[in-house]
Amino acid sequence: MLRYTLKRLMSLVISLVVSSVVIFAVIEVAPGDPASFMLGVNAQEDTLAALRAELGLDVSKFDRYLNWIGGMLVGDFGTSYTYRTPVSQMIADRLWVSLPLALYALALSTMIAFPAGIYAAARRGKPGDLAVMGATQLGIAVPNFWFAMMLVLIFAINLPWFNAGGFAGWESGLWVGLHSLTLPAIALALPQAAILARVMRSALLDILGEDYMRTARAKGLSRRQALWRHGVRNALIPVLTIIGLQFSFLLAGSIIIEQVFYLPGLGRLVFQAISARDLIVVESVVMLLVFAVITVNFLVDLAYAAVDPRLRSRT
Amino acid sequence: MSLLQITNLSVEIEDRPILEQINLSIDSGQIVAVTGESGSGKSMTALAVMQLLPSGSVQKGEIDLNGQNLLGLSEAQMCNLRGAAVGMVFQEPMTALNPVKTIGDQVAETILIHKATSPDKAYEKTRDVLIRVGLPPDRFPLSRYPHELSGGQRQRVVIAMAIALRPKLLIADEPTTALDVTTQAQILGLLKGLVKEYGMGLLMITHDLAVVADLADRIVVMRNGIVVEEGETQHLLSNMKHPYTRMLFEASGHQVELPKTPKPRVLLEVADVVREYRLPRGRLFENPKHHRAVDSVSFTLNSGERLGLVGESGCGKSTLTRAILGLEDVQSGQIRLDGQPVFTGHKPNLEVRRKLQVVFQDPFGSFNPRHRVGRLITEPLHLLETPPTQAERHHRVAEMLTAVGLNPDDAGKYIHEFSGGQRQRIAIARALIIRPELILFDEAVSALDVSVRAQILDLLAKLCREYHLTYLFISHDLSVVRTITDRVMVMRAGRIVEQGKTEHVFSDPQHAYTRELIAASPRLPEIKLAKTSY
Repeated sequence: MLRYTLKRLMSLVISLVVSSVVIFAVIEVAPGDPASFMLGVNAQEDTLAALRAELGLDVSKFDRYLNWIGGMLVGDFGTSYTYRTPVSQMIADRLWVSLPLALYALALSTMIAFPAGIYAAARRGKPGDLAVMGATQLGIAVPNFWFAMMLVLIFAINLPWFNAGGFAGWESGLWVGLHSLTLPAIALALPQAAILARVMRSALLDILGEDYMRTARAKGLSRRQALWRHGVRNALIPVLTIIGLQFSFLLAGSIIIEQVFYLPGLGRLVFQAISARDLIVVESVVMLLVFAVITVNFLVDLAYAAVDPRLRSRT
Repeated sequence: MSLLQITNLSVEIEDRPILEQINLSIDSGQIVAVTGESGSGKSMTALAVMQLLPSGSVQKGEIDLNGQNLLGLSEAQMCNLRGAAVGMVFQEPMTALNPVKTIGDQVAETILIHKATSPDKAYEKTRDVLIRVGLPPDRFPLSRYPHELSGGQRQRVVIAMAIALRPKLLIADEPTTALDVTTQAQILGLLKGLVKEYGMGLLMITHDLAVVADLADRIVVMRNGIVVEEGETQHLLSNMKHPYTRMLFEASGHQVELPKTPKPRVLLEVADVVREYRLPRGRLFENPKHHRAVDSVSFTLNSGERLGLVGESGCGKSTLTRAILGLEDVQSGQIRLDGQPVFTGHKPNLEVRRKLQVVFQDPFGSFNPRHRVGRLITEPLHLLETPPTQAERHHRVAEMLTAVGLNPDDAGKYIHEFSGGQRQRIAIARALIIRPELILFDEAVSALDVSVRAQILDLLAKLCREYHLTYLFISHDLSVVRTITDRVMVMRAGRIVEQGKTEHVFSDPQHAYTRELIAASPRLPEIKLAKTSY
């Protein structure tokens, strides 16, 4: 297990180095001067020179890469050109919204998907299964911002249970913060739960056809006991893969939901930074997201090994 | 009163009759073998006793276990019986165990689910049962996972699960079919011992008549869901009444007449071939160890000669086959066909490749289901430097299909329209179309029913006469190799331990391992062949 973990960790570090080089190359080394790109075609020559100096563009590419990486390692992401504030500060503020939101949505989606998927698989072809499948079909087809608007309509306007938007901030307490993230989390979670429930169901149905499920029944387990004791854990591998992918998406891809609920999240930050050509912010956020995705993959790999003993002994 | 009494059992699945009017009985301490070819309904009979038939099955008749009709029981009552009063062992030990649970937990589950004892006592009992089936916990701790065990060891775990509560009836569905002969002999011995010791009744499902004859007190022969003949073993063997039973036994020991081998001319030369695989490192910075799959193997094969290669799984047969086919490079040694190396540098030599063809074991997996038979058969022709014209192709396809006993019109059909035996004929046609100098048969008849296998063996003998085939016949089935080859090699742990004329090797084996193999292979008693060869 230790060896497996070390190996995965090694591949995590390598992936990070490679992706940082790629991001750096694409954004900085690609033809065109970042400074003139950021300032537009009509920029004055002295403004450009000043910006280049500020961005640290007047040293070699290799040094620039090292400066960038070295800075990030100690938490210095540079200064935003448009906002004139440290990028690390901006990202940290947004992360405090986006990360809890993503985790919240993921937890909700898992809590809905697991029972729904298992329930449907256990009743394959029966009305319960059809109902779950119909609901998930709908969950996948309907865009999440529509859910978001419906939620606002029902739970913020008709019923005064939640605010229609905005984020209360964590200063006023955990409960208040979570409360204001609830509607967006549900809106994000519903489509993800629909996908996850389908994956859970089909993974379980595959498992139900396995020989060891028949062996379990021959031992005297009821259908349900066999499903829970021998089916669910074996079905987790494909489910974990999807959960990993979904988390990465939830972290970065929730821009529409952030817009609907007026949340100061990462998605909006990237959007604004791209519109303002604030390459330093873009670069940093992209790197951060890559880091998050790779870390999540690493955790998913560890989870695989926890679930399946065959992976622990394999190299 | 019998332990198990099946009376007029009929089963239909979606209006298709699966079993019709089955009658069968087993007493305590008795071994009853149900035999027949695929589709005969023997496994369905076993599943009916377990009440684990596929959903949508309609059953009529009676299955009485200890005087209790199982068809009248609720699902919950059946759950109480399964594992406690009747246990079951399945065919595929590799997949019959849950890969993510330890063997201890899986065996203990049988005990715990029936609340037979307290949890700590259950694990104590698990240890005892595992000792009984030959897996002592000091060598096989309860914390082992299935993937850490061999096929035979896994089958012992499955047996342990089935007998943990000493059921009165044990059902074994092809329990040794997936195992090597020496392992098969051990598992059969274990089952026999358990029946005697516990006084269990054993319902044994198997297609292997040699196993049946060795083991069973009574034999039930099934065909298309009907019991065609039934009786006490010795009696049934000496007076087979039904022609199907006679056909089965005849086909099991089927012998063919091969034409004489021509004057020796060396075709294939294998000299000191070594193939090693790197094993995963034990520790992170340790030097990796190597596994020698093929260890200095040398032999020659003459043109027109039929050579057999036998050995158990993992002995290196498949690696050697792949090396000869040029699918895998070797570390040292030479493989030459007609004096030309199979590998030039590290690339397969196309000159040689077009003189070689292969027929694989699985007739269901070795064809592209989206191509028509005509295209499948002509596939090897792309190896030729000047591909034949369209008319020539048609002509060759028709000739080959006729040669293997099919109709030239079959070229327009898809592979799913054919049975296993017909597919194997198509595979032979595909190998033959390029008129190769050498054909490799890799377990080519192992997946077939005995009657189909007999037909394919006849076909091979016929093709030997018509096309003067030279082949290497790789198989774990000694009885088949004995009749279909002139010379045989016995392989073990990467080495060829014995080789010689087939009849000599089988009648007077020199190496201890060859003797062990021959002793472990179940045999059809002579009387049967004498009785049935009229």
